[in-house]
Formats: sequence, C-alpha cells, structure tokens
Amino acid sequence: MRDIIQEIYSTVRHNKLRTALTGFAVAWGIFMLIFLLGAGNGLINATMSNSGRFLKNSMMVGSGQTSKAYNGLKEGRRVSLNDKDINLTNTNFKQNIDEVGATVDQSGVTISLDNLYTSSSLTGVYPNKLKMDKMDILHGRFINQLDLQDKRKVIVISQDQAKELELKDIRTLVGKNVKVGNFAFCVVGIYKSDRSEMNNDAYAPFSTMKTIYNKGDKADYIEYTFHGLTSEAENTAFESRYRARINSNHDAAPDDESALWMWNRFTQSLQMETGMGVIRKALWIIGLFTLLSGIVGVSNIMLITVKERTREFGIRKAIGAKPSSILRLIIVESIIITTFFGYLGMVLGIAANQYMDATIGHMKVDSGLFQATMFLNPTVGLDVCIEATLTLIIAGTLAGYIPARKAARIRPIEALKAE
Amino acid sequence: MMIHLKDINKTYNSGSPLHVLKGINLDIEQGEFVSIMGSSGSGKSTLLNILGILDNYDTGEYTLNGTLIRNLSETRAAAYRNRMIGFIFQSFNLINFKTAVENVELPLFYQGVNRKKRHIMAMEYLEKLGLTDWAGHYPNEMSGGQKQRVAIARALITKPQIILADEPTGALDSKTSVEVMELLKRLNQDEGMTIIVVTHESGVSNETNKIVHIKDGIIGNIEENFDHEASPFGINGIMK
Repeated sequence: MRDIIQEIYSTVRHNKLRTALTGFAVAWGIFMLIFLLGAGNGLINATMSNSGRFLKNSMMVGSGQTSKAYNGLKEGRRVSLNDKDINLTNTNFKQNIDEVGATVDQSGVTISLDNLYTSSSLTGVYPNKLKMDKMDILHGRFINQLDLQDKRKVIVISQDQAKELELKDIRTLVGKNVKVGNFAFCVVGIYKSDRSEMNNDAYAPFSTMKTIYNKGDKADYIEYTFHGLTSEAENTAFESRYRARINSNHDAAPDDESALWMWNRFTQSLQMETGMGVIRKALWIIGLFTLLSGIVGVSNIMLITVKERTREFGIRKAIGAKPSSILRLIIVESIIITTFFGYLGMVLGIAANQYMDATIGHMKVDSGLFQATMFLNPTVGLDVCIEATLTLIIAGTLAGYIPARKAARIRPIEALKAE
Repeated sequence: MMIHLKDINKTYNSGSPLHVLKGINLDIEQGEFVSIMGSSGSGKSTLLNILGILDNYDTGEYTLNGTLIRNLSETRAAAYRNRMIGFIFQSFNLINFKTAVENVELPLFYQGVNRKKRHIMAMEYLEKLGLTDWAGHYPNEMSGGQKQRVAIARALITKPQIILADEPTGALDSKTSVEVMELLKRLNQDEGMTIIVVTHESGVSNETNKIVHIKDGIIGNIEENFDHEASPFGINGIMK
C-alpha cells in the first residue's frame, strides 16, 4: 500500500495542474452543497422560529364586516364578538375545542408609579393567554383563574415597561401597586418582552377590564386551543362549521367569510411546513446537481488522465504490470484525490457555515417597532456533510473505474504505440 | 533450447487482412546473440512482439525456455514478461516522472519485492552500468545513451532469460550506438545472456553472432557472423 501511495504521490507531483483542477471540481462541489444547505437551513430555521411563537394548535377569532345581505339585513355591517359567542365556543364544539379565552383591549392607558410612567395598551385576558402566546414570565406570575373570578385589579407588565417604572431592580415591582388611569392595580408579574412583535401590552383579567372600561358584553378576540384536527381539510371543515355557528349569532350568512376573521395557527404552520419542505427539496436538488458537476469534473479528468498515461501503462505492462495492478493504481489515485479534496471542501463548507453563523447567524431586522429574525443557525449537520462527501468519493471512484478498466484492458503493444 | 518457433502465422485484421508473418520457424539457443534484420514492413517488429509476449500469434507454436506461450491471459502474460524477458526499446520507454533508480526498481515492484531490497538491487545495476551518480535524476535530465543504459539496467534487474532489443540504437548517435552495442556484447559474452536485437541497420547486426534475415514475413537466410571486423560498417565502429 505504501508503494502505491508513493507511486501516486509522484504522479500527482508531476501533474500539479491536473490534480489541482480535479481537486477544485471536487472541493467546489462539496463546498457549494454544504454552503447552500447551510444558508437554506438558516432561512428555514429563522422562519420556523418566527412562526413557532404561538401555540400551534390554537386559533384566534376576531370580528369583521359582513359581505353578504342576509335575513333582511344589508351587507357591510360590523360584527362584534360578545359573551354569547364565547359561550357558544365553549359549549358547542366540545369535540374539538379544549380551552377558550377571550381578550378585550383598551389602548392609550398610562401606567405610573410615583413620577415614572409608561403608556401602553391594556388587554383583558384569560389565564390561558400565557399558554397560547407562549409568554415567558420573568418574575411573579400571570393572571390566574381567581383573578378572573374575583375581578381583581391585578396587572402583568412587560419587561420593557417594568424598566420604565423601576430603574434599578425590576423584581421589586412585583407586589407593588401602580396607577393605571385612575385605578390602582397590583403588579403580579413581569413577562419577557418579545421584540419580534409590535405589541408590548400590559395584561389584566378579562372580567376586570370589562367592568372598569364599560365594555358591556363585548369581546375583541376569542382564542381557543383545539385537538383532533390533523389535516388541512379537517381544519377547513371545522372552521366553516364554527363560522356558521357564530355568524348565526350575528344574523350574518353562515357562509359569510368576512364576518369573522379567523387565524388558525395550525393550518398556518402546516402550510409553512409544506413551503419549507419545498424549499428544502429545491436546495437539495440544486446541491446534488452541484455535486454532480463535481463528479462529471472528476470523471472527465480521469478520462483525460488515462488517455494521457496510456503509454506509461504500456511500459508498465511490458515490464510486468498485471491489468489488476494498473486498475488499482488508477482507482486508488482517484479515491485519494477525491477523498482529500472532498474533505477539504467539506471542512471549508463547514467553516463557511460557522462564519455565516457567527456573523449574520442571529441577524434581526429591526424596524424600530419590532424585530424579526432573518437568519438562524445556518449550519448543516455533520452527518449530512459526511454523507455528501462519501457520495462524492464513491461517485468519483466509479467515474475513475470506467476509464481505468479501459486502460487496464488495452494491449501493451497498442499502449506502447500511443503518444 | 531457449526459443523455439514453429510455423508462426500472424494476420492483422484492421480493414483489409494483412498477413504479416507467414510461417516462421526459428530456434535460438541459450547464450546466443542474434539479430533479426529486415526492412520496415518485413514483419521483424511483429516477430519481436510475439517473442516478447506483447502480441498474440494466430497459428503455430512458441516455446520459451520450455514453456509454451499460447493464448495467455493478460495477467499470465504480464507475469511471464516480468520474469523471463527484459525489454530494450528504441525510445527507451522510461517513465518520465520517475528517477533513474525508480525506473530500474519498477519490475521488482511488480514482483512484490520490498522497497529496501529493490532499491539496493537497482543501485547495484546502475553501478554496473556506471550510472550511480545519475540514480536520482529524471530521464529528461539525461542523455540518450544514459537513458538507454538505465533501460538496460531495468531489463536486467529481473535476471531474465532473454533480452529483447527493438532498434536499441535507433535514437542514438553513432558513438553512443557503439557503446550500447559493446555493452550488449559484453553481457552476452560475460554473463551468457541470450540477446535478440531487431534492427534494420547492418552495422548493428554486424555486432551480433547470428543474423536472421526476414523479408515479407518469411525468414530468408541465417548467417553465422563471428568476424565482426569483416563488414565495412564495422570499421572504426561506424555503424551509420
């Protein structure tokens, strides 16, 4: 084996350009594949992390405007959700709906503590808002069932708001009373600000809000979690049943799609996943074609190599080289070159991905109001890298095998005539 | 009997069939120094290729040192070439990217001789041919005569039964040609090596002990030639 390697070393040393070109084709193929997949993963991961902010199997329902005349009423009527809708949601869809919550908003509320203040919109919520919006409570707790029952004047504020009200240690805010408009509210919790969203609301119990701000039986949004809807078709069917039921409560046509605004996070993530799947597939196809061009490069150069060295093989045969030893010489050379440069390309590709990760890997677009992740963890698993490199090595070997077999079979007398 | 050829026929079938060898009968004894003379197209190179197991023949019988050489697989043929035959070519046929000593080592590499041993042997043979100082040089750094001597060392290293030389002086000037022929003659005389030289130069064949004339694929007369000074081409060693 050491002899073969020595043989190959001397060939390679005397054919630097040819070796460099082969190596470049191989390294480039692997590099591009890994780089491309890494960049693609960056985009996909970022999108996934943006969309994963809400509980997947939850739905948000808001009010809209009717688009159809129905029951003697004209189109263009505003529909607003009310307590009856919440009850309907709770009682009529037990099969699928688990927890129901609702929100009611009051914007332009000033929260103050001593001479510090912050302005915010205040949202009345159910305790399950925490779960559905995947909020992180940093200190204290979220609104709970007792708060809701007893219409307690408690408030959960964001980390950013807390910093406005307490300059030193925001933890001390928990348990303190703050002024919200003309009322005193007790701060029970502080949640982590999520800068990827515009609203930076303060939260109070739904029941408290309705009483204080005279919301009557109105609700701005109804939110609920659901189960048992796995396909897009099932979701659509459920949505239209739900829509028909709620619409009937507002004298809107059962099939009027604009009377209610519905945001099904499950179908959204389904679609997102389909989209990501397409992108992923496209990346793989492009990558594999890049790899293919590397393989074609290798086989091309192997073909030329064998042709160029025909006379040399003739000499070797004349002095006693068996066809199998010629075959082995070419194939081992092909393997060594593709392995070496494939590995090089792989390492460079991984390095490029790491560099990308370090520089723009956590890049966020800051619009002032919110931040969105554009690129996240743009890397490829080591297993994929190794698999791709192995594929190329195997393909390179096969590419070398065909001309090698030809060279091994050529009669020495013909090989010696070759120039 | 080193070489025994009996009614060897060879036809090339590229386009129109070409009957190159038309029943060759030839016996060469151990230790002979023979030249095969003929003009181009006479079939002398084909004959040499068959002797060297580089090419097949169609009908007849060829035994080399008691071994029948017929329809061998490429692998068997390679083994026989490696152990029984030493080649010397007109164009040297050294491998350009190998040094002189590496070129000489190559036949031993194909015998599976280990690195150290074959290097020592190759150096021995280079020394014999006065090329010790050139061992580390590449063929393109050497003169024609030096290259041919490296090729001779390569041919000798496996201790073959016969040396086949195809126009060994064809690419050399007259002075070097004389040196190379002297070398072959010495090998024959001192070590009893069987040597067959193919040439179209009468000056070269004049150096050998037996001249086989071949014409149109048939062996003409075979002359014994012991008086190397008799031929006018041999005078003062001028062969061309």
